Amino acid sequence: MSSNVITVPVGQTEARPWVDELHQWLITVDHKRLGILYIVSSLLFLTLGGVEALIIRIQLMHSHNNFVSPEVFNRMFTMHGTTMIFFVAMPILFGFANYLVPLMIGARDMAFPRLNAFSFWLSFLGGLLLYFSFLGGSGLYGAGSAPDVGWWSYAPLGARAFSPGHSSDYWTLALLVSGFGSIGTAINIIATILCLRCPGMKISRMPLLVWMNLVMAGMVLLAITPLSAAQIMLLIDRYLGGHFFDTQAGGSAVLWMHFFWIFGHPEVYVLIIPCFAFMSEIIPVFSRKPIFGYPVMVAATVCIGFVSMSVWAHHMFTIGMNSYANSFFTLTTMVVGIPTGIKIFNWIGTMWGGRIQFKTPMLFSIGFLFQFLIAGLTGIMMAASPFDWQLSLSYFVVAHFHYVIVGGILFALFAAFYYWYPKMTGRMLSERLGKWHFWLFLIGFHLTFDVMHVPGILGMPRRIYTYEPGRGWDTLNFIISIGAFIQAIAILVFVANLIVSYFKGARVGNDPWDAWTLEWSVSSPPPAYNFATVPTVASRRPLWDLKHPEDPDSHYE
Amino acid sequence: MTLRMKSSLDRGRQLALLLFWSARPLWAVEPGGSTAQSTSIFSPASTPAKSIADLSVFVLAITGIIFLVVFTLLLYSVVRFRGRAVDGGREPAQVYGSMQIELAWTIIPILIVVVLFLATARVILAVQDAPEPGGALDVIAIGHQYWWEFRYPKLGIVTANELHIPVSDPSHPTPTFLQLLSVDTDHSFWVPQLAGKTDLIPNHPNRMWMDPQRTGVFLGQCAQYCGTQHAKMLLRVSVDGPDDFSAWVRAQQKPGVEDASAVAGRRVFERNACINCHAVGGTPADGRFGPDLTHLMSRATIAAGAAKNTHDNLRLWIQNPSAIKPGSLMPAMKLSNPDLDAVVSYMETLR
Repeated sequence: MSSNVITVPVGQTEARPWVDELHQWLITVDHKRLGILYIVSSLLFLTLGGVEALIIRIQLMHSHNNFVSPEVFNRMFTMHGTTMIFFVAMPILFGFANYLVPLMIGARDMAFPRLNAFSFWLSFLGGLLLYFSFLGGSGLYGAGSAPDVGWWSYAPLGARAFSPGHSSDYWTLALLVSGFGSIGTAINIIATILCLRCPGMKISRMPLLVWMNLVMAGMVLLAITPLSAAQIMLLIDRYLGGHFFDTQAGGSAVLWMHFFWIFGHPEVYVLIIPCFAFMSEIIPVFSRKPIFGYPVMVAATVCIGFVSMSVWAHHMFTIGMNSYANSFFTLTTMVVGIPTGIKIFNWIGTMWGGRIQFKTPMLFSIGFLFQFLIAGLTGIMMAASPFDWQLSLSYFVVAHFHYVIVGGILFALFAAFYYWYPKMTGRMLSERLGKWHFWLFLIGFHLTFDVMHVPGILGMPRRIYTYEPGRGWDTLNFIISIGAFIQAIAILVFVANLIVSYFKGARVGNDPWDAWTLEWSVSSPPPAYNFATVPTVASRRPLWDLKHPEDPDSHYE
Repeated sequence: MTLRMKSSLDRGRQLALLLFWSARPLWAVEPGGSTAQSTSIFSPASTPAKSIADLSVFVLAITGIIFLVVFTLLLYSVVRFRGRAVDGGREPAQVYGSMQIELAWTIIPILIVVVLFLATARVILAVQDAPEPGGALDVIAIGHQYWWEFRYPKLGIVTANELHIPVSDPSHPTPTFLQLLSVDTDHSFWVPQLAGKTDLIPNHPNRMWMDPQRTGVFLGQCAQYCGTQHAKMLLRVSVDGPDDFSAWVRAQQKPGVEDASAVAGRRVFERNACINCHAVGGTPADGRFGPDLTHLMSRATIAAGAAKNTHDNLRLWIQNPSAIKPGSLMPAMKLSNPDLDAVVSYMETLR
């Protein structure tokens, strides 16, 4: 098989005028360029969402602060949540999936390249629509509005009686538009994985990253569709006289909650499963061992996919469901912890007996493991619904899900950036800046989100723009805000690293990490057609087989 | 090497924090506040809050043990299996997995989940499905945008923002059962020391109960985002001894006090839009959009706890509510200074 994994010489590219180059980026249907467009646009939205988070943290630095008005504060947390989930986390993960899945299965592009471009532009323009609400939210008369009903927009707060003007409409339309983009991408990923695998790549030989993205895409189809349906129902309520969620006319607020969370909880796994995927590629390479228990990892992922579709109402333990419903969702939520725990054990099993190299991607991966462990355990605490009657809607929950999203997802994403940046650009990210980034971010993260659990336990609800003095919340909130600024500095180091290394980073060959999956068999960056000859594989680690012909994996599988 | 040292130090801090949480019930008094001001979920003063706190300690202990075990394994493998220069670039033994080990770390978590679930289900049933005893007090709590209305149907009392309930002696329990309603958006009733929170949702009546076992004022606030002034929708629950509670009930059952000295203020109040929203018992004022003012001066705070109930605050609140609570639905009445003073004097007679 070795003869099929060939190196393609990089073609001579002529310098084009920048307008022409920009035009090429706008009309591209290449999965790699679209992947990079997803990632870069998500980074722009990350900056916006980050600034909103800092405004929130300045306002909460001490009790009775007057940095912003309650109206502005409510807009900030609404925009922060909506931006980070829909226009940062999802698209950036789609970007990596777009870039990596075809390369890892030996395909030349996604199954539907034009649908791919369409999906990206829908997501991106959805984000612009959301931010246009700052100008158009009040119909342009009094510019300076934006949705302020929360990223969950609980009924009836999103109804016209309580949210007049157009700011909520921008929120609804932005989610609807980008939701269609997500559905398109999910269909594309599924079709690509099922139909375009290279010869020899049986479904049991796919890299775990590909497996996990397959499960993620399936979940996107099941989760985004009810959200889109709910958005359409909300529009009908707001403009066509419907009463689905209009409680003033007998509608149901609880119905909206079910619609939102049957999207909202699988969504968490839609975000974390691709991060499990990064871990399952990066940890083996830097431990110099294959993933421990490949079949069990696949089974655990599929199991999470199924079980996580039946846990949504654990977001609703306080709404007065009966005791049987509360018990059921307690059980399902705790059960999700089992396959998730198995994954953590398998990653430890992978490191066990290995020779761990502490490169920046591995540092972020180890950070992920520790933090995801804690995030999972606080999740178990809140799965116990009576405990959740106290913790829900408090800062404990905010700390918990930021532990998942920042401590888990963002750390995994940073690992992925440091790991695949050389493949995408042909240059290494600076290790020195990378270590600065890692340690600064780690310190800032723990300062903010470890401490944030405590005000929740002391009775501080979330979504409040100010709080009373004398409850023991002031000092804690001050520390939390300091941590937020340290994280912001770390992000600046990261962005500087991305930019400086693009021009000055050390040039790399095909395979800087001595890795084992197919994307490392082509040049960095890969040519537009990916593979000159479609490769044939005989095991889960085709490049291991190539490098160790005396002891190939294919003998054992 | 230094790198790894730092890493372990950092994890140690997390560990300390986790232990700190689990130890919290030992310190019922919070830093920065007296016991009465505490809103910690680990200083319970009533049965539902106590059962939850006990369950929480149990769950914290189990998750704490899991944390210690997995944390140690992780730390050990990171330190023990670090790459060394002496390896000389040789690859370690390639191990693909082990079914026995996989089975072990699947079955143990399943057993833990069974234990946790049973312990939890017991508390769910005990708190949620508790029958209402004969001596219980019924109160209807109604959420409004940024304030609480409390109605005592059997006692004929209507009040706002400050709930009075009797202390409950374990031998003769007199728990309070709240029916939770909302007239506008979603709210959530949360007084951490008395019970877990339950939402007030329009068209979806809920129920919760509490049996406080010591007297005092317990603080809480709206926990579900309900609009612009969600932050200043504060709650005070005054738990009174039997005699104090009866005295309070008798005082609240009286009609509004008629004080001849405040006739001018009453006239201003009744001629303006005040009475569209506010009620004063025994007078033409019967609005229900805002808090009932019949016994306004019996309350310690105004504006749902946003300000102390003083002469200056009352005056400021009537003159410009946004100064205390921007986004509140109370309009600025733009009264002339003499009218403003008269209305404030009238309010101060409503004992």
